[in-house]
Amino acid sequence: MAVGKEKRNRLYLEIDSLAENIGLVRLAVATLAAQASFSVAEIEELKVAVSEAVSNSIMHGYGHYRGIVRVCATLFEGGIAVTVRDDGVGMEDVEACRKLGGRGDPERMGLGFMFMESLMDDIEVESKPGEGTSVNMVKRVGGAGSKRG
Amino acid sequence: MKMVTESVGGVLVVRVDGELDLSTAPEFRAGVEHALDRTMARDLIVNMRSVDFVDSSGLGAILGRYRRVSQAGGRMALCCVMGRVKPVLELSGVRRIMPLFDSEKEALASLEGV
Repeated sequence: MAVGKEKRNRLYLEIDSLAENIGLVRLAVATLAAQASFSVAEIEELKVAVSEAVSNSIMHGYGHYRGIVRVCATLFEGGIAVTVRDDGVGMEDVEACRKLGGRGDPERMGLGFMFMESLMDDIEVESKPGEGTSVNMVKRVGGAGSKRG
Repeated sequence: MKMVTESVGGVLVVRVDGELDLSTAPEFRAGVEHALDRTMARDLIVNMRSVDFVDSSGLGAILGRYRRVSQAGGRMALCCVMGRVKPVLELSGVRRIMPLFDSEKEALASLEGV
């Protein structure tokens, strides 16, 4: 995925796949993003997208099992790239899962991928059954999400 | 996340404080379900004045309660939604299926007035 060349700052986080850790990741990534010139609204959008990716890893990747979710956020000139990776069950057909909104909790309404796609500028999902899933997202200052509406 | 419930006439008012995500959605879901059972309220208002984050898990918990209330012939409204949370509600289409009011008083007047 093409992102800016200049890496200004970066964070790595490894969390247990517990729902109570999602807020921790949101806060850390938002704090890093605040070092760039994102608007408050853009940082809110980033928080939602990150929350969805980590929630997917916890709910769908690991389900009832405990695993590790790895998050890398890289601040570059004009934006931020975030990777959320798990070693969970993975997906057979990534595109189908994205279109259908994934599996699991019916109350999540399958909105997770839709939010990530709408609120970030780029999203790539790599997944292999039994090997896990990696979601790579980029948000640029003044990018697509912030131009909605 | 903290929540307080109050029965006003036949309307259950739920005032939520904090974040609605995967970690807090089950607590919200259980709390509202319990209050609906206990008060036998037909209509539901969720006051989101102090909700500063909602993602799809939080929205799902809200929409799940909308389904229960509407299937029982009741109505549901949201009020006092913070500006930072509104884009997610718009993106999800929640605003198209339940009304948003600027104040709890307006929401109550709307539900009680029908």
